[in-house]
Amino acid sequence: MSRLEYSSLFQLTMVRFRLFLREPEAIFWIFIFPILLAIGLGIAFRNRPAEVLDVAATTTQLTQALATDPGLRAKTIDQAQGTRELATGDILLLAIKQPDGVTYKYDDSNPDARTARLLADRAVQAAAGAHAAVCAENQLLHETGARYIDFVVPGLLGMNLMGSAIWGLGFSIVEARQKKLLKRLVASPMPRWQYLTAFLLSRLLMLVIEVVAFLAFARLAFGVPFRGSVWQLGFLCVLTSLSFSALGLLIASRARTMEAASGLMNLVMLPMWILSGVFFSASRFPAVIQPVVRALPLTAAIDALRGNMLQGMSLGQLVMPLGILTAWLVFPFAISLRIFRWR
Amino acid sequence: MNWASSANELRQRIGIQLQETQFPEKLTVEETIRLFRSFYRRGISVAESIQTAQLEEKRHSRVGTLSGGQKQRLAMACALVGDPELLFLDEPTTGLDPQARRHLWDLVDQLKQAGRTIILTTHYMDEADRLCDRVAIMDHGRIIALGTPQQLIASIGGDHIVEFAITSQQSGEDEVDAKLLVAIPGVQGHRVDGGLHQLTVRDLHTTVPRIFASLAAQGLHLSDFRTHSATLEDVFVGLTGRNLRDE
Repeated sequence: MSRLEYSSLFQLTMVRFRLFLREPEAIFWIFIFPILLAIGLGIAFRNRPAEVLDVAATTTQLTQALATDPGLRAKTIDQAQGTRELATGDILLLAIKQPDGVTYKYDDSNPDARTARLLADRAVQAAAGAHAAVCAENQLLHETGARYIDFVVPGLLGMNLMGSAIWGLGFSIVEARQKKLLKRLVASPMPRWQYLTAFLLSRLLMLVIEVVAFLAFARLAFGVPFRGSVWQLGFLCVLTSLSFSALGLLIASRARTMEAASGLMNLVMLPMWILSGVFFSASRFPAVIQPVVRALPLTAAIDALRGNMLQGMSLGQLVMPLGILTAWLVFPFAISLRIFRWR
Repeated sequence: MNWASSANELRQRIGIQLQETQFPEKLTVEETIRLFRSFYRRGISVAESIQTAQLEEKRHSRVGTLSGGQKQRLAMACALVGDPELLFLDEPTTGLDPQARRHLWDLVDQLKQAGRTIILTTHYMDEADRLCDRVAIMDHGRIIALGTPQQLIASIGGDHIVEFAITSQQSGEDEVDAKLLVAIPGVQGHRVDGGLHQLTVRDLHTTVPRIFASLAAQGLHLSDFRTHSATLEDVFVGLTGRNLRDE
C-alpha cells in the first residue's frame, strides 16, 4: 500500500470525489445542465438576419409604401382591428391615413416599435418623393464577442460555479450531520480541518473538469472569444469557486436538516440569480440598489469573468471584483469555522 | 492523559461504534474502512478488519446494499481498524434478527478474548448476561447497580422466579394476601407485574410445595404457574420497578 493510502487528507478528498461521481443527478446539474442552457440560449438569441417587423396601414396605398422597405412586413386593416392587433403585439405599428398626412400609432417604450416607426416614416416619405439630404452607405458588423451568447457564457459560468460550490458543500455536510456521520468522524482522531479542506480540494478537482468542459463547448459550438489570459481566467474560476465554497460552508455550518439547508441555499442564491447579471447586465437595476448588486459575490465573479473573456482585461484591471470575491472568501470561511456544528 | 490536553491522543486509542451512524451509501465497504484506517497512526490492515468483521464477500459492495447486520459489522470494522485498547459499542445488536445477533455476539466474544476492554450498552439483558464481565444498570442517567451478572442476580435474594396467576374461588377476583406469601420460608420478595404475581424464591424444590399449600389454604385457584431462573431482566425490572423502556 502506498503512502497516500494512509493520508487522511487524500482519503477524505477521494471519498468526496467518489461520492460526487456516483451521484448521477449531480453530474447532470453540474456538467450537462449548463451546456444545455447555453445551447438553449444560443439558439434563442442566435444572430438572425435583421428582423422583419410587422406593421399595418389603413389604406392599400400606404401599405404598398411601407412594403417597399425590406425591414417591414405590411398589411392593410381597418383602424379598430389595427388597434386590437397593436394591443396583442401582432403588429408593432399602425399607420393611419389622415386627410393631411399620416399618423403612426405605436408604443414608444418598445425599441422594435421605435425602429418600425423610423423605417415606416422613411418608406412613406420616400414614396411621397422625398430625397435624403446626405448620401449614406451601410457597412454591416456581425462580430463575435458582441453577441448575446458571448455575453451570457461568462454569466452561466459564474452561475454554475456558484451552484456547484454551494450545493456541493452544503448538501454533503448537512447530510453527513443528519446521518450522524460527522459525529462518528469527530469521535475518531481525524483532523477536523482536513474534513473541510477535503471539500475544497475535491471541489477544485471537479472545477477543472466542469470549467474546461463548459468553456470548450462554448468555444467550439459558438466561437465564444477568450480575449484575456487563459491562466488568469483559470485563477478567476478558482477564486470564484473557493468564495462560493466558503459561503456554502457557512450555510451548512449550523443546519441540521436538508430542508433547512436547501431553504437557506435558495435564500442565498435566488437574489444573485436575479440581480447579478447572469442573463442581462446588472447595471440595468436602479442606481439605489447598485451598491448592493455590486457587493454580491456573483456580480463580482461575472464582472471579472466578462472582463477577462470579452474585454481581455488583466487581473490588475479587475481589482474591485477580485477584492469583493476575496472578502467573500475570507469572512464566511472564518465565521463558519467558529460556528461549525460537528454533532 | 485527559480530554482537555490530549483529546486526539485518546481518540487514537479508542474505537467507537455508534448505533445511529449511517455511512455514505455510495461508498464500498472497503473504501469506508480504508477512510477510517487513514485516521489512525497505527492499526490493523483494512483486509484484516474486513476479515474480523466477516465482510469478505461484501468487500466491494456499496454500503447501501448491506443488510442491517452487515452494516453493524461494518461499523464494528471501522471501530476496530485503529486497533483500539478501548472499544465502545452502542447497542450493536438493536434491530438485528436472531442470527445476525448471534453472529455479532461471537465477534464481541472474540474481541474480548483478544484482551480488549469493551464498553457495551444494550437494552437486551440476555445480551448483557452473555457478553459482559461487569454490568452497570442505568436508570435516568444514573448507575443504580454495578457488578458481575451473578452478583446482580444474587442481589435480588433468590435464584428463581415463580410466576403465577390466580382466581379466587368465591368471588372470581384476584385477591392474594401478599403478607402471607412473603411469610412462606424461602420466598424473598413479591411483586405484581402485568397481572402475574412474581415471587423471588430460594430453594425451589422445598419452597414451591409451601406456596401451593398457602394458596390452597387461602382458597385460591391457580390459573397459571411457572418458574424460571432469575435473570438480569428480573434484576432490572426489580430495581427500576418498571418494565423495560425505550430509554
